[in-house]
Amino acid sequence: MRQLLLRRLAQAIPTIWVIATLTFVLLRLAPGGPFDEEVEVPDEIRAQMAAHYGLDQPLPLQYLRFLGNLLRGDLGPSFKYPGWNVHELIAQGIPVSLELGLLAMIVAFALGIPAGIIAALCHRRIGDSAVMLFALLGICLPSFVLAPLLLLVFSSWLGWFQPLGWSTAGDRVLPMLTLGLFYAAYIARLSRSGMLEVLQQDYIRTARAKGASEHRVILIHATRTALYPVVTFLGPAFAGVISGSFVIETIFFLPGLGTQFVNAALNRDYTMVMGTVLFYAALILAFNLLADLIQAWLQPKTRDANR
Amino acid sequence: MSVRFLLTALFALCLLTSGCSQRERPVDTAVRDGILLVGNGTEPATLDPHLAVGVTEHEILRALFEGLVTRDGRDLSVRPAVAQSWTISDDGKIYTFTLDPNARWSNGDPVTASDFLFSFERMLNPRLGSSYAKMLHPLAGAAAYNRGENTDFSRVGVRVIDPLTLELRLHKPLAYFLDLLAHGAWYPVHPPSVLAAGDRYDRLSRWTRPGKLVGNGPFQLSEWRLNALVEVTRNPHFREAEATRLNAIRFFPIASMDTEERAFRSGFLHLTHTIPPHRIDWYQNNRADAIHFDTYLGTYYYTLNVRQPPLNDPRVRRALAMSIDRQAIVDTILRAGQKPAFHFTPPMTAGYTSPYQQTFDPQGARKLLAEAGFANGTGFPEVEVLFNTSESHREIAVAIQQMWRRELGIRVRLHNEEWKVYLDSRRAGRFEILRAGWIGDYNDPSTFLELFTRASGNNPSGWSHDDYEKWLAAARASRDPDERKLLFGKAETLLLQEAPVIPLYFYVRSTLIDERVRGRHPNVLDFHPWQAIYFATEGSDEP
Repeated sequence: MRQLLLRRLAQAIPTIWVIATLTFVLLRLAPGGPFDEEVEVPDEIRAQMAAHYGLDQPLPLQYLRFLGNLLRGDLGPSFKYPGWNVHELIAQGIPVSLELGLLAMIVAFALGIPAGIIAALCHRRIGDSAVMLFALLGICLPSFVLAPLLLLVFSSWLGWFQPLGWSTAGDRVLPMLTLGLFYAAYIARLSRSGMLEVLQQDYIRTARAKGASEHRVILIHATRTALYPVVTFLGPAFAGVISGSFVIETIFFLPGLGTQFVNAALNRDYTMVMGTVLFYAALILAFNLLADLIQAWLQPKTRDANR
Repeated sequence: MSVRFLLTALFALCLLTSGCSQRERPVDTAVRDGILLVGNGTEPATLDPHLAVGVTEHEILRALFEGLVTRDGRDLSVRPAVAQSWTISDDGKIYTFTLDPNARWSNGDPVTASDFLFSFERMLNPRLGSSYAKMLHPLAGAAAYNRGENTDFSRVGVRVIDPLTLELRLHKPLAYFLDLLAHGAWYPVHPPSVLAAGDRYDRLSRWTRPGKLVGNGPFQLSEWRLNALVEVTRNPHFREAEATRLNAIRFFPIASMDTEERAFRSGFLHLTHTIPPHRIDWYQNNRADAIHFDTYLGTYYYTLNVRQPPLNDPRVRRALAMSIDRQAIVDTILRAGQKPAFHFTPPMTAGYTSPYQQTFDPQGARKLLAEAGFANGTGFPEVEVLFNTSESHREIAVAIQQMWRRELGIRVRLHNEEWKVYLDSRRAGRFEILRAGWIGDYNDPSTFLELFTRASGNNPSGWSHDDYEKWLAAARASRDPDERKLLFGKAETLLLQEAPVIPLYFYVRSTLIDERVRGRHPNVLDFHPWQAIYFATEGSDEP
């Protein structure tokens, strides 16, 4: 287990470096710069601004300086928001994005796993088709369609929830459903196929033959193995809910990180883009590692091999 | 689970729901507390008046700061602000302002002439790199100082005579100087608090944070949560504090038009930044009292790159301008009361309307095109219209593409680019026909017509003309309003005949406003002093 952890950490550093380098290069290749505005800025002022942020230096030097700052944990100042550092901007967005992401994952797992298991148990019967139909719908419906639909029903018609904001507990419901349902659908499909596969296996038959109750067979013996593909999905899913909430943040007016990420790219806010990309990269690596650890724990074979 | 149980549950839910909808809406609570809830488009990039460029920033800055003069929200006339009076020398170059001794910063310090000196120096210092520093260039020596050619600020036309007397010297008389002075670029900043936060020219300085920002406007900054809210509360030290009616204003940076409209409909906002075009019909039919269309000092236009054929031929450019049915665009695509534009400066800009108009005359256009050697469009190369990615720009471009094909028989390609890419292409002149828009910075035709002078920097068409330069220079210097109108008229006539620009429509600002909001008057600069706004409450309504 410890070996796995160390190995993964050792791999993470070059991965982050490659991502940082690629982002740096791609950003500078994109036409337009942070100081291009509708009202044309005189060349002298433009040069002053560039000098202020070190953009007048040769690119290789800028790159080295950026790496140096990164090693010291300094992401630099935002270009678009004078007076704000990138780490401050990211820190302001994290709590909302993280909370929304966690809630959405809870929705996804709480709905997805039982639905998948029920579907597998009702294989080729009405229950299966119903669950899979909903799952298909969930996957196909993009959040910019689902969110307005939920708002129409639960906010405009029924008046249960406020249409925007992030202040009360009720404000969490619609965003977390919008974000979570897509992943719930995905998880339902994964756990269904996992379950179907497991139910064919010899040890399940053995358990049944030994007279274990159906509940015990399903919940103790089968579920654990059936969730294997779901756990693999955990890493990318969590990274997805945290980074992919731009549309939901915009529709519900939430001060999260997704909006800042997209806007930074549109504004060519170089430092802010680098900062958010690296933050997301680190997050994805961390969640992938976590998924691996859980997987290893779920599967005795890897658990023992790593001992 | 029986059907009866389900029905009971449903009934209970309905009861619960009706209970919920009785809740007081945020707008109602806010009216009681004297708090205005405003949708403000996007997150302000900064609250430093010397670094701010956008409309959203200036909406907030207008609450936090005040310049020497301001405008009347009703008729846009120049009014005293920190300066209670002023005199102008006979040659029109020296303005002497007497400051109001009651003018105070939000910490109680008096606002002095040296605060203005400090601020103008900061604004013009190249180390700060302010994009709006150009607004101060009419001051003698300011442009050279701003470019770093002269590092001695005592050679710039700003002089402190005594703490309450400030003298501004221009390098040439400028008829609209006082109008210019009302712009946010001339706001003072509070020297001690700027210096306390570090280097005054540091763009990264944190002096604009809540608790640190000291302003001299009717309100002071109390809260700033990124992407969520900027709150300002009444400034008790404001020189006319007793006239300020609101206790606070909350600005919400709601970027999505649909979200903002939903927020208004659900009682979260008194005032929106805009309204989604597809909701206009609904509001006109159901809540006509809430929707407002105000003409706006802005023009939406196409500009033609005159450097290359076939657009280097003025006959071709005129033919293109004459074959666009602007009325149809306004009526069928925009539908929010915009006015078709046949000239560049919006009508009645400071009393001036262009004497010449481009016309809709397909027959004449075909004749001109034939004269240029492209009868019925034969031999006319395919040209490209470049616009920044947006559904509404596309709709207009498609309509114009069809009009040119139908009327002139020419083929046009449409090309959209993401905003920054578009700006890059525009700067580099990599376009044939370009969509653009211009909003006036102050109420004078020069804010539009100066665009096409050689010094402008905002004229990507490549067009220039000696007569045009001459007439605008004369208009800049003249203080006779009639003479200026005449000169503007000559210049604009030339511009429209040469047609490096095809004006399409004049902007309209459409907003949703709570019917209790009073003291907000429509005007072409969309300039609304916050201290004049109040709520009409039952029984205390004033006309």
